[in-house]
Amino acid sequence: MLTESPMVLASEFPPGPESFDYRSLIPGLEGTFWEPAFTKIALLTWLTVAILIIFFLVAYRKPQIVPTKVQWIAESIYGIARDNIARDVIGKEGVRFAPYLATLFVFILMNNLWGIIPLAQISPNSHIAFPIVLAGFTYVLYIAVGVRKQGALTYAKNSIWVSGAPLWVQPILVPIEFFQVIILRPATLAIRLFANMFAGHMILLVFTLGGVVLFESATVALKPVAFLSWGMAIVMTLFELFILALQAYVFTLLTATYLQSSVSEAH
Amino acid sequence: MYTAAEEGSGGAQLLLPPLAEIIVGLIAFGVVLFVLAKFVFPRMEHMFQARVDAIEGGIARAEAAQAEANQLLEQYRAQLAEARTEAARIRDEARADAENIRQDVLAKAREESDRIIASGTSQLAAQRESIVRGLRAEVGTLAVDLAGRIVGESLADEARSRGTVDRFITELGAGTGTGRR
Repeated sequence: MLTESPMVLASEFPPGPESFDYRSLIPGLEGTFWEPAFTKIALLTWLTVAILIIFFLVAYRKPQIVPTKVQWIAESIYGIARDNIARDVIGKEGVRFAPYLATLFVFILMNNLWGIIPLAQISPNSHIAFPIVLAGFTYVLYIAVGVRKQGALTYAKNSIWVSGAPLWVQPILVPIEFFQVIILRPATLAIRLFANMFAGHMILLVFTLGGVVLFESATVALKPVAFLSWGMAIVMTLFELFILALQAYVFTLLTATYLQSSVSEAH
Repeated sequence: MYTAAEEGSGGAQLLLPPLAEIIVGLIAFGVVLFVLAKFVFPRMEHMFQARVDAIEGGIARAEAAQAEANQLLEQYRAQLAEARTEAARIRDEARADAENIRQDVLAKAREESDRIIASGTSQLAAQRESIVRGLRAEVGTLAVDLAGRIVGESLADEARSRGTVDRFITELGAGTGTGRR
């Protein structure tokens, strides 16, 4: 380790899982059960809540037939979830899930965005708790919809029984399908989002802190390499922007796909 | 940031979320979902529907206006054609009237001229008759007077004298009938 460096930041190089731990912003909660509820992560989540609610309420305070610019932006965001996800994936009756899908999309997107917004620089979704909550909502929703629409038994049968496969393969397929619907779907949903945000933050830390370490190093020849490292950090930030938008879209799209399998009769 | 005391626990810790954070996530997402799904997105759906209605209504209104315009056009065309035939009829009538009037005037003028001619002729005839009658009476006496004065007292035979006079008058009448030379 580079313990000889006076910089606090550089002392954290290389970054590890502990880089994602934050202390309570309210003094006196350290080490208690409620500490994680009052960290920077939680604060950013509440900011997401506030920004989304205020933006949409203000944008749709006085809706008009011919939309204003802000109203048009809000409608376009909802339109992506409604037309490009809900209606294209689920079909005509998917429109009633559009509010959920749109909320999911904007919530994940805004939470992800904190990862590259200066001063915030960390996405709440890089803490598994938030992806788990979102995957949990989707899980409960698609099972509830499936049971309500097809009946518990039919839905269970449609979910695990691969019609068309030879009978002797079914003993292999049924456990796989069952495992898939009950555990894999929500788990992959949560872990995919979490891992992407986690890895993205880690990469940015590596390049940024690595640059600091190189710049502080005793060898003069290494100092210019620090700028290369920081340049990479900028490139990676732009890459992160792409990834975080894509992950928000993928999460929403997969949710729609699972809802579709609950709504449709055939497997 | 701080380096956690339980650093040694490693990666598995990452997938075990603190319950408090899950509670934060539940409330946060729940609040956003409640507000947006209850107050914003239904209004957007409503607005989309209103927009569709407005567009479809606009098309329907345009079609109605078009149909009305077409109907008016037809009406005007019909009226125009009617007016044309009416004008032609009036012109024909006027022409016929003018012809009638001309015929009337001509007939009246002819009648008048005939009447004038006829009355002139009859007047002439009457005058001629009365003149002839007067002359006839006068010629007798004049001739007798004249003959008496010329012959004098020698007209003894009255019967002969009457015969002579009658012959004279007859000759006279024939003379006037054939014209005097």
